[in-house]
Amino acid sequence: MESLKEYLLARAENGLIRLSIQAWAVQNFGLTFPAAEETILGLNLLPARYQRNQRSLSCGQQLSLFRSKVAVIGCGGLGGHIVEELARLGVGNITIVDPDTFEEHNLNRQLFSKLDNLGQPKVAVAASRIKEINPAVTIVSVYDAFTSRNGSVLIEKVDVVADALDSIPRRLELAEVCEKSNIPLVHGSVGGWYGQVTTQFPGDYTLQKIYSRYIGERGIEKDLGNLSFVVAMIASIEVSEIVKILLGEGSTLKGKILSLNLLDMEFSEITF
Amino acid sequence: MKVTVKLFASLRKDRFAVDDFDYQEGATVGHILASLHISEEEAAIIFINGRHGGPDSPLKDGDLLAIFPPVGGG
Repeated sequence: MESLKEYLLARAENGLIRLSIQAWAVQNFGLTFPAAEETILGLNLLPARYQRNQRSLSCGQQLSLFRSKVAVIGCGGLGGHIVEELARLGVGNITIVDPDTFEEHNLNRQLFSKLDNLGQPKVAVAASRIKEINPAVTIVSVYDAFTSRNGSVLIEKVDVVADALDSIPRRLELAEVCEKSNIPLVHGSVGGWYGQVTTQFPGDYTLQKIYSRYIGERGIEKDLGNLSFVVAMIASIEVSEIVKILLGEGSTLKGKILSLNLLDMEFSEITF
Repeated sequence: MKVTVKLFASLRKDRFAVDDFDYQEGATVGHILASLHISEEEAAIIFINGRHGGPDSPLKDGDLLAIFPPVGGG
């Protein structure tokens, strides 16, 4: 009987392995889907689902993404889009942390919320959706709030943390845990037509500077709410920052905040 | 002295985007926030000529003051 590698190499078409071939290998070689994915990428082949990534990401970069671990803290508006985009890109390990269940007022912007899952834990819904989209992704879902008490365990061995929280004090706790754990943090926040993104590496303390004078729980979103397109946009910019950190490519928003005003269509970069 | 004040995001509502003001010599950012009815909490990020400042920062003629509100939703 041919080996797994022989099987895959014989069935590659222009360097691509179709989903049906990968699924057959999983079943007949007794593998998990992620294990099959790693073998394919290790052979310098590409699961066909990533064909449209190919011109921008090499096979080696796709393997780097597959081996990466990202923690997404918060699975509401920002978190839903971030998790979905990371999974479709092929980031192999995603930890999702959120203590909430879906409510009706989430339906205006939270990607995973639907009429039939109101009342269900956001992290459980996210995990089952990602399984339907990309079974090569390993999801760790944590139905709990991120705090400075459990935080360092939750982000242990993670390469990058994404801030998708909705509370300023929680964000400051997250920033502190990331600082202590020596892990980069990509921050995004939204309110009304406005949003901001920054990337904080250990020693930067950017979030502490941004929120240094604020003592409340919420910012302008308390009065302005959150709009679907602003959430999707800020989440997407966060994902672009995450990918650059994972691949060590391009320029990030380290030491800078990108502030978006979609009402007046102004993008401002502020350097700290 | 003349100071240019630039407001961002929701701070513009019922105020302005950018405008020039005459202030007394020695005025601080805090004085300007008070004159614009912006609380210190609302002025989350303060920049003077592109450098991070605070309510106690002094201003001089020709300065550009930029003020951003706190954005915290997710």
